[in-house]
Amino acid sequence: MKKNFPRSLQTIVIALLAIGVVALALGGYLTSLSNLVNQTIVGAQTWVSTRYLAVIDFLTVPRDVASLRQRNAELEAEVARLQTQVIELQQQVTETQILSALVDFARASPENTYKAATVIGRDPSPFLRYVILNIGSNDGIHRGMPVVTEQGLVGRVDAVTADAARVQLITDPASAVNVSLQNSKTEAMLVGSITGNLSLDMISQDVTVQPGDVVLTSGLGGGYPPNLLVGQVVSVRKLDYELFQQAAVQPIVNYDQIQFVLIITNFKPVDIAPLIPTAAP
Amino acid sequence: MATLVAFPVLVLALMLQTAVISRINLLYGSADLILVILAAWALQERVTTAWQWALVGGVLVAFVSGLPWFVPLAGYLLIVGMARLLQRRVWQAPLLAMFAVSFTGTLMLHILSIFSLRLLGDPLPVGDSFSLITLPSILLNLLLAIPVYAGMRDLAGWLYPAEVEA
Repeated sequence: MKKNFPRSLQTIVIALLAIGVVALALGGYLTSLSNLVNQTIVGAQTWVSTRYLAVIDFLTVPRDVASLRQRNAELEAEVARLQTQVIELQQQVTETQILSALVDFARASPENTYKAATVIGRDPSPFLRYVILNIGSNDGIHRGMPVVTEQGLVGRVDAVTADAARVQLITDPASAVNVSLQNSKTEAMLVGSITGNLSLDMISQDVTVQPGDVVLTSGLGGGYPPNLLVGQVVSVRKLDYELFQQAAVQPIVNYDQIQFVLIITNFKPVDIAPLIPTAAP
Repeated sequence: MATLVAFPVLVLALMLQTAVISRINLLYGSADLILVILAAWALQERVTTAWQWALVGGVLVAFVSGLPWFVPLAGYLLIVGMARLLQRRVWQAPLLAMFAVSFTGTLMLHILSIFSLRLLGDPLPVGDSFSLITLPSILLNLLLAIPVYAGMRDLAGWLYPAEVEA
């Protein structure tokens, strides 16, 4: 039957059908049908799209984890570097504060000239309380020069090489410094000990010494300049049967934590040894 | 060669000693790295330069320290002598010998230091010095003995390689 159907008639029928469908659509008679078709297609496309994206995610996520791990490692390294930098900067701030305090101290005592030095070591022997400084005779340092911080007296130079100096702290057991008590208006001898504690000896029994008395160098003996702060009396031991009183002194400088010091370079220690009488032969 | 190696090793040890170890205190005592190194070196079987090392170590410490110059020199030579003596007798228990040398060596060096300083006028109280400085120092030296012995054994193995039989 199809064979007998002329081609032109087929074309006319198809065109009429098409016009009829368009006319039905324009007339709103196919809306429900088109909605049904649209929903089905959109639903199917959504399903396909979601699955496609899931597959893509599955395939690409491992690569992202690797790159994230690398990025994380880079950031951790950066954080570590920045933390190191922060610590270095904090250290520099601390050093600057200490140096600033030293400069203030030097300005407040213009009668003296100072050389700043860094403490680079301690004596290898635990019986001695010496520190090693990073400047020596090349910088004009000589034996006997007093060493201070902005807080007070530290000690004096005991030995010098070209680029280093060894300083005997006043806490050394062999150290003896002539001091005066500011409130009591008396003089005494400050001695060190193996524990690093300071004590006053040779205080006359007639003098009243009280805790809180400020201890300053007296300048007697020529070993140290006068009026350098040493510490404060914390306790007094007075026994009637002894010739002298004794007192414990709280040092003003923390000798275990010294980092920077000032050397008084214009002080010339006086050697009084020839003046000390010796027994005639 | 082995004698020349003493200079960098002991200079480095002295730097460590003055900059770090002397600041690490137990009560008022501190470890003596040079002493432990010299003891460990002298206890190595194939080492023949222990006396030279003691001399170098003694001179270096005498140069830096406020102790009388003869104290570290004599002390380290005595310690090396004792170590060589022990090494021949208790060679089968090197760690035991190391502990023994560290203990008695520290004791000897400190006794020498205390009496030398007292002779020179330092008012060091013997009892306090012993209890507050010597005993803690002995303990710290014993703690340091094991790692230092291992290090010096490796150094000795490198400087004195064992002869391989053909």
